[in-house]
Amino acid sequence: MLSTASGIRNGVDTEDARAPAPRPSQWMRALADIASGAGAIHLWGKLGWLDIAQRYRRSAIGPFWLTISMGVMIVSMGALFAGLFKTDIHDYLPFIAISFILWGFIASAVTEGCTAFIAADALIKQSNLPLSLHVFRGVWRNLIILAHNSVIFALLAVYFRMTPSWTWLLAPVGAAFIAVNAVWAGLLLGALSARFRDVPQIAASIMQVFFFLTPIIWQPALVPDRTYILDYNPFYHFLEIVRTPLLGQMPALASWAAVLAMTFSGGAASIAFFALTRRRIAYWV
Amino acid sequence: MTRLSLHDVCVNIPIYNADTRSLKNTLFKRAVGGALRQARGNRHFVRALDNVSLSFHTGDRVALIGHNGAGKSTLLRVMGEIYEPVTGHVERTGSLAPIFDVALGFDMESTGRDNIMLRGMYLGHSAARMHAQFEEIAEFTELGEYLAMPLRTYSAGMLMRLAFAVSTAITPDILLMDEWFGVGDAEFIQKAEKRIDSMLAHAGIVILATHDAALARRVCSKAAWLEGGRVRAFGPIDDILFAYEAASAA
Repeated sequence: MLSTASGIRNGVDTEDARAPAPRPSQWMRALADIASGAGAIHLWGKLGWLDIAQRYRRSAIGPFWLTISMGVMIVSMGALFAGLFKTDIHDYLPFIAISFILWGFIASAVTEGCTAFIAADALIKQSNLPLSLHVFRGVWRNLIILAHNSVIFALLAVYFRMTPSWTWLLAPVGAAFIAVNAVWAGLLLGALSARFRDVPQIAASIMQVFFFLTPIIWQPALVPDRTYILDYNPFYHFLEIVRTPLLGQMPALASWAAVLAMTFSGGAASIAFFALTRRRIAYWV
Repeated sequence: MTRLSLHDVCVNIPIYNADTRSLKNTLFKRAVGGALRQARGNRHFVRALDNVSLSFHTGDRVALIGHNGAGKSTLLRVMGEIYEPVTGHVERTGSLAPIFDVALGFDMESTGRDNIMLRGMYLGHSAARMHAQFEEIAEFTELGEYLAMPLRTYSAGMLMRLAFAVSTAITPDILLMDEWFGVGDAEFIQKAEKRIDSMLAHAGIVILATHDAALARRVCSKAAWLEGGRVRAFGPIDDILFAYEAASAA
């Protein structure tokens, strides 16, 4: 009986040695999946909203509970740490507000990216929707939450009478780059997690560590002599390209360069990984 | 011209969390299921489909029959482009609609109306097309004002009506079904059967996995008998069912 299994060399994920998968075609299929997934905007657009509506159905203010709970946390943490760090609350509160709002998006993008395919197992096994659709759905859901939380910054800007700066215009551009990176991270982590179920736990722990390693609560100026802590932290650069413009300054070119480099290398790596794993994902979930 | 053909399709389903090694010998000879194989190391997989070659053309109404675990659902998933075969390939001309779970993707907190739109999109129809079809679907469900209510207020039968109406509203070239729709009350069943008949009449190819021999005879003209992931026989429905029933009785 085992003689017919002679083609099996690489363990269970047997790409049978008799007929190796034609590579160019797997590339094309992966790209086609991403293109049609992105194209189904009417579907993931609706599903993203439904995900949020489901959590807050029948509550009077709905998803603005997100804004309120985030707002309460920001103001209380802001007051506490402004005292501890002996910083002016006028500077500190807008800083920590933007940091928390952005970190909320980044951390969910990573942890929910891990479960993008696992959570959609029924849809993946019962319908022939493009796989990338589930990733777009998750990123879109978190963008909606980000938009709700942005209200906090707007309120603070009014309260502290921040002077609008033309650099604010750079913030949405930065946020768009974070979203693009969230898509590739979701494709990569989603596929990896579908196969190795420990990945979501590992990613959650790592994000916890990065919450403290990244200047979210503490300001980057606190580490003047140890900038490697900032330079080699990818999340620092993502925060910088949105936070600094909102605080009225230009982000460092190095941060933009780092983000661009991550966008292209991460995007390429994740497309390559998706091309390798796409055909197995339905079996893994 | 609608066509669907499979060439030497093999599918392995990996098993990651079961230590079946010691059971290997006992499991090799069973009536149901595909062959369990062991790969290098301690990992296992089920050969769910083993060198399956089948070809269907316009007008084919095919019943997939076989024991539990014979590979019927796996074969449907391969034809529905959900599972990509390990070896071999599938060729298709014509649009495809896999309807494996009629209630798939329903959002219980949304209204019936929203769910009609949502389900239509899951089946790959554009919003514009669903808007155009909406009145007809709504009418068919006979749910009236209930369409404005959230789905969680529906009874099982009402849910089935809604699912059935959307799933059958637009006819694809190739229709894949895993078991029949179980639909509501007697009066609705009649209406549903008429609808299915017209859907079947318009679809180019219908593939139906079922355990119901009477249904298979009524709906299908051909049958493919699967056993342990292989096609044991493929041909006219009566011949295949006769052989299958004889083998099962023995």
